[in-house]
Amino acid sequence: MTQQLDILQETPSQTAGPYVHIGCVPTFAGLEGIYPEDLALSPIEDGAKGEIIEITGSVYDGTGWAMRDAMMESWQADAAGIFPGSEGADPKVSGFCRFTADKETGIFTLRTVKPGATKGRGGVIQAPHISVWVVARGINIGLQTRIYFEDEDNSADPLLARIEQRPRVDTLIAKKTAEGKYTFDIRLQGEGETVFLDI
Amino acid sequence: MTDLGPLIPRNREIHPVPYDPGYKTSITRSPNLPLLSMESTPSEETGPRFGHNLLGELDNNLILNWTKGAAPAVGERILVHGRVLDENGRPVPHTLVEIWQANAGGRYRHVKDTYFAPLDPNFGGCGRTITDENGYYEFLTIRPGAYPWPNRGNDWRPMHIHMSVFGHSFGQRLITQLYFEGDPLIDRCPIAATIKSRSQLDRLVAPLDMAKARPMDFLAYKFDVVLRGRRQTMFENKLEGM
Repeated sequence: MTQQLDILQETPSQTAGPYVHIGCVPTFAGLEGIYPEDLALSPIEDGAKGEIIEITGSVYDGTGWAMRDAMMESWQADAAGIFPGSEGADPKVSGFCRFTADKETGIFTLRTVKPGATKGRGGVIQAPHISVWVVARGINIGLQTRIYFEDEDNSADPLLARIEQRPRVDTLIAKKTAEGKYTFDIRLQGEGETVFLDI
Repeated sequence: MTDLGPLIPRNREIHPVPYDPGYKTSITRSPNLPLLSMESTPSEETGPRFGHNLLGELDNNLILNWTKGAAPAVGERILVHGRVLDENGRPVPHTLVEIWQANAGGRYRHVKDTYFAPLDPNFGGCGRTITDENGYYEFLTIRPGAYPWPNRGNDWRPMHIHMSVFGHSFGQRLITQLYFEGDPLIDRCPIAATIKSRSQLDRLVAPLDMAKARPMDFLAYKFDVVLRGRRQTMFENKLEGM
């Protein structure tokens, strides 16, 4: 016998299901008015410092179908690379957004400020990125990924550097389509499968 | 930003398998390739905070919140309560907990739900609250009914309440489901069965808690939630959230 470890285990995840919107995005489900407004409709307020950008895309399942029922959440630093809640952070940046794809087209839009590079442990610099969490019917535990930007220097980013198969790095890079506009698709399975994270 | 230490890596063994043919939708919605693992970074170690100013007076009372207190929902009145803790056993105070559920007949108030059990005009089915300084939360609601779903020929979900918990960092984010003690449908449910360890599934089953039931008013069920903790040393000995 050994001593007992004094540690609890995380609660197991379960799928968010097809009706996740009732609890998380009530107006999407048809519950207008239960709250004054849905939670975290935007990660920024007017006056946020930095470049305002729009990222559009879809979440595709293994058959190439753009999912209509996924819910996404994003978390990011401000334009100076400071996370909200930390000293010196831009008060107009909450950094957190909850969004869904359009019911008809399956296209989502995230309007935010382009984040700055952030400092990791030991002074390591992470290239500008937005963390994303995807839940939906059929996803048993939420999928974590990141959006990087093709017009930034990603060469020294420690996470991208860890991706062994270099062509897969591309699945985490948003493509610029116009000034302040990017596209970023998430492919859950199969050809061009997005790199998902366990961190 | 104070460095609170990296998040304890997830033990994926306790979680459901992503690909489970018994739960048909997971077949095309589960990655084929392995997840990329690395130590957490500030991107996962920080996260959104929500204040009490977010909450309306009835937000954690699903019996009354849809009608703004005008008329109560129909069904078995229950209190659902518990604590949010981290893996180190510390309470997670001041964190947002959201729930959603079907009504007493198993019908969701969602544009996509076409089950012919009727809607309850006095029941919306969503609620939210923020844990107190000791990590406690509570909701007053009605016990949801079981409902059928188009998976295998005759699949029915057990009675359940969906729960979403934030914690203090984006890497702690968790959505799960609460089941009820004694429900025979739990053992027949392909979604519950995505968790391969029976002892882990049991952790999602809320026991009847007569000590918290209010005589002549409501029964109670207890449901504690554990979020990822941080790996700490003597030199990183800071309270969660401080």
